[in-house]
Amino acid sequence: MKSLGNIRRSFAPWTDPDAKPFITFRNVTKRFGDFTAVDDLTLNIYHREFFALLGASGCGKSTLLRMLAGFERPTSGEIILDGQDIAGIPPYKRPVNMMFQSYALFPHMTVESNIGFGLRQDGMPKNQIAERVAQMLKLVKLEKFAKRKPHQLSGGQRQRVALARSLAKRPKVLLLDEPLGALDKKLREETQFELMDLQQELGLTFVVVTHDQEEAMTMADRIAVMSHGKVIQVATPAEIYEAPNSRFVADFIGDVNILDGKVSASGNGKIELATSDGFTVRTAAGHAPAAGSAAGFAIRPEKLKVTRAAPVDASVNAAEGEIWDIGYLGDMTVFYVKLGSGKVVKASMLNAQREVEDPIAYDEKVWVSFGETAGVVLKD
Amino acid sequence: MNTWSRFNIVSVVLGFAFLYLPIVLLVIFSFNESKLVTVWAGFSTRWYVSLFNNQGLMDAAWVTIRVALLSATVATVLGTMAALALTRYTRFRGRLLFSGMVYAPLVMPEVITGLSLLLLFVAIGFDRGFVTVMLAHITFSMCFVTVVVQSRLLSFDRSIEEAAMDLGATPVKTFFEVTLPVIAPAVLSGWMLALTLSLDDLVIASFTSGPGATTLPMKIYSQVRLGVTPEINAACTLLIGLVAIGVLIASLMTKRREVQRQRDEQAAFAGR
Repeated sequence: MKSLGNIRRSFAPWTDPDAKPFITFRNVTKRFGDFTAVDDLTLNIYHREFFALLGASGCGKSTLLRMLAGFERPTSGEIILDGQDIAGIPPYKRPVNMMFQSYALFPHMTVESNIGFGLRQDGMPKNQIAERVAQMLKLVKLEKFAKRKPHQLSGGQRQRVALARSLAKRPKVLLLDEPLGALDKKLREETQFELMDLQQELGLTFVVVTHDQEEAMTMADRIAVMSHGKVIQVATPAEIYEAPNSRFVADFIGDVNILDGKVSASGNGKIELATSDGFTVRTAAGHAPAAGSAAGFAIRPEKLKVTRAAPVDASVNAAEGEIWDIGYLGDMTVFYVKLGSGKVVKASMLNAQREVEDPIAYDEKVWVSFGETAGVVLKD
Repeated sequence: MNTWSRFNIVSVVLGFAFLYLPIVLLVIFSFNESKLVTVWAGFSTRWYVSLFNNQGLMDAAWVTIRVALLSATVATVLGTMAALALTRYTRFRGRLLFSGMVYAPLVMPEVITGLSLLLLFVAIGFDRGFVTVMLAHITFSMCFVTVVVQSRLLSFDRSIEEAAMDLGATPVKTFFEVTLPVIAPAVLSGWMLALTLSLDDLVIASFTSGPGATTLPMKIYSQVRLGVTPEINAACTLLIGLVAIGVLIASLMTKRREVQRQRDEQAAFAGR
């Protein structure tokens, strides 16, 4: 069976038409004066889903999260959580908790009382609070630090306190605002997997806001790519990467070569495209634009093959060019190939071997080619 | 770099002499045996004894302390509220006017403040006395509290308030459990400032005070007009001592907290 990308777990309630969404944004708009932060947005998030809102700063992803937390009220539209419209409910009465980007730990309280803060607000009996706090400390492996104040902790430890505090009340939904933004790279990678494990273990719904696509790809079941207050595509990480629905998404996630052309033939689930830089692209296409219409074709660098010899059938999905630049990155090598039209395409090759026999060098004439399912025809 | 040139030494000596010579003289003469202020006749503490037996001075001191404690406390509550309103509700109409108006008493000549308050009290037929002095002190010290608290609030991370509300604390609880404890040092120093201002105010108190509510500065001033007695020197020396001890404790506490904080942070980043 073929699927897009490597699938981490078989969890896909969004493909089930009978599944009831846990969180629904329905035609939600949020304006700040003249500025529209969120623009008529509709979105469903399912129970136990790890959902990521991804976008550049100012795209409205944080505003969306803050509306879910209750810090902002939508200008129009409704937000439904577990069957209840929560638009008018103040943050302190919502069954959601948030982990803040700055962690927002209370500086005058110990780790223990930070974690117990929410439980005390609920009027939980003292012995139960102590029990739950101990449990949370164990969960984030901070048992030894219970009596410390936030300023006596390192960045990673603070992050874990913030996490424990937001999980202590067992919220229906945990909101995470750039949860790993302040950590260094190594710690970030470790913590990503910790968060994923935690989410599965506790069976919670996580909504995470991030501008780091790698983070979103690693952790999320589905990603919503946002731009200017709108959701451009909602899909699994593999779909977002391998089947972007638009030029924006293709360009935003990872590296991509976009070849522009005109549809010359279309049918049988295949489409032929004559691009302006000399390629004749024949590719499988999910949708079939009419012959003669303009279309863009997106192909990722690692799916382009660079060879000295011409491919067997050089008339389709291949073009000749010249090595313009080579970037050696250690794990892979990136070739910039200048085509006859002057357009430079990027092709990357995994360095699976330490030694290379007769490597391709600058200014060499090479062929760039790809398979029929390697790229995707863009809808706009 | 660190050379003590003759010029430096002279500057330091002159500077400090300029600042402290009058005070040193006052302190020395408070221990003078003689009744004549400018003639030294040997060491004695008799003026301190007679100071504590001077009912007028002691009454004035008591009035001053009560006025200062009450007015500083009320001014701190009002000033903190004003600071919160000015930093939090940044978008209300006339905010600029308001913040300007809060600062105005900082630069307003005391004579004008005192006179306007006097006119007000007379106009509404309010008998002048303890209460009017206290009200006047609240009026002029409140803005100092506002300035101190406001500068703290500007660097306040509001996400901790959001975190508190997110965890189920109502806005009121959030204020008392999170906001206030965090800004407490600034509120406390605002209170101390208001207290000090009230303690040594002469002009405004003279305008707004009435019979039976003479403050210590007023009493000292009126006695000095009849001639300086060593008793006054003794009273002033005690005041200086009090203030000096206060300043010393405050700066020692700040210093200690700073050192502790640095040590903690080093420990945290050294790991474990």
